[in-house]
Amino acid sequence: MSSTRPSPATDDIPAVTVKGVTKRFGDTEVLQGIDLSVPTGATTCLIGPSGSGKSTLLRCIAFLEEATTGTILIHGDPLGFAEGPNGQRSRLSPQKIRAVRSRIGMVFQQFNLWPHMTALGNVCEALVTVRKMKRSEAEDLGMAQLSRVGLENRAGHYPSELSGGQQQRVAIARALALDPEILLFDEPTASLDPELTGEVLNVMRDLADSGMTLLVVTHEIGFAATVGRRIAFLDHGKLLLNGTPQELFGEPRHPRLGQFLETYLDRGAATLL
Amino acid sequence: MSFRLFELMLWAAGYTVVLSAISIAIGLIIGLLVCAAKLSSARALSLPATLFISFFRGVPLLVQLLLIYNLLPAVGIMVPSVVAAVVGLSLCTAAYQAENLRGGFNSVPRGLIEAADMVGLSPWQQLTRIRAPIALRLTLPALVNEAILILKASSLVSVVGVIELTRMAQNLAASTYKPLLFYAVAGGFYLVICWTVAGGGALAERLTKAGRA
Repeated sequence: MSSTRPSPATDDIPAVTVKGVTKRFGDTEVLQGIDLSVPTGATTCLIGPSGSGKSTLLRCIAFLEEATTGTILIHGDPLGFAEGPNGQRSRLSPQKIRAVRSRIGMVFQQFNLWPHMTALGNVCEALVTVRKMKRSEAEDLGMAQLSRVGLENRAGHYPSELSGGQQQRVAIARALALDPEILLFDEPTASLDPELTGEVLNVMRDLADSGMTLLVVTHEIGFAATVGRRIAFLDHGKLLLNGTPQELFGEPRHPRLGQFLETYLDRGAATLL
Repeated sequence: MSFRLFELMLWAAGYTVVLSAISIAIGLIIGLLVCAAKLSSARALSLPATLFISFFRGVPLLVQLLLIYNLLPAVGIMVPSVVAAVVGLSLCTAAYQAENLRGGFNSVPRGLIEAADMVGLSPWQQLTRIRAPIALRLTLPALVNEAILILKASSLVSVVGVIELTRMAQNLAASTYKPLLFYAVAGGFYLVICWTVAGGGALAERLTKAGRA
């Protein structure tokens, strides 16, 4: 891990604190009062069936969606809304939101690379425009990040010239370039085939080993079980279970989680037939 | 046709190209502003933009040119007829280009803007670095199309006394009694100009293709 930022002195403050977050789309309550702490320096995986609200929760944490009620803290600093003494929320200024958000990075299911820029251009863009780095310095740093994800020889390629797995690794490099305290992944391998999924998961495994704080929404139960320090299981907008992989996956198993995991066994068995 | 007359036709063709190019350029700038206003959530901006677009798309260009040519002197603005012609062509094409650009901006995938949000680009930086470049690429074929339409529509400005390619052909046809010859030459010139624009557009599309999703 090449991070130069000193680790927060207050290690007992969670990287992310979710307090009483609900999210309503029209009449549907997608999140029904979520409380969650994400520990610093470890990987936390959010799992659950489709429609359980795990992606929405991650997007609320990144403030890409506004929680209907509740607050999000990044290392203790509110993102989006601040909570007053009586529990009333007030919206923070765009500058404040940008300042806190600059400490988190996000990797999307659809990669979301900018198609008119090369891989290196994607990685360097914010370094130049936001961090005001010199183009040459930014490119040195960008190349370092691209080699970290094994793509230094694809720097001049446009996204349309890269495979899905390569695009996602560029997207990871783009997020890493800004040296975030926390990296959020929104189903990063859901649009990749198994082989490409492997190369992306390997990069994520390296990041986890380097001691970064990762929060990963995923359907890759194997990855969650082996890399995740904490697993949070969401079901119907509620945080049903939250614990270590041993606590969740070991016996005795929560019946709803067992039911969910069986669908994976079914699928695994189906591919063997 | 003597060389002198051919020279006159060539000069008029050049006049048509310059007149159209200036109108398209001004129209693109106005079009961008109108598009921005139309996309604004403030009704005080979007309503005038809607009215502008519906007027300049709804009234024939010929009528617009005659209106502008007669309106400007009526309100005390004395301008050469070529200025009236450029104003008319620019405003008309601006309305179409604004709608083309709006389509382009609306087609920029939401996720690309979220990615820009997450790395901290300000709204202005998002516009200039991400949204506008992608929208312009998406709009390029429509803009080339519009440029060709304006090149041909510029023949209408002869009604306000501007001597461009079509008017020159008319004048020479009348004075030499050889209408077929001069209209054929004029048509040939228009074809060559439009092919050139289309070719340039195709080249620009190819050059930016690598950068498209």
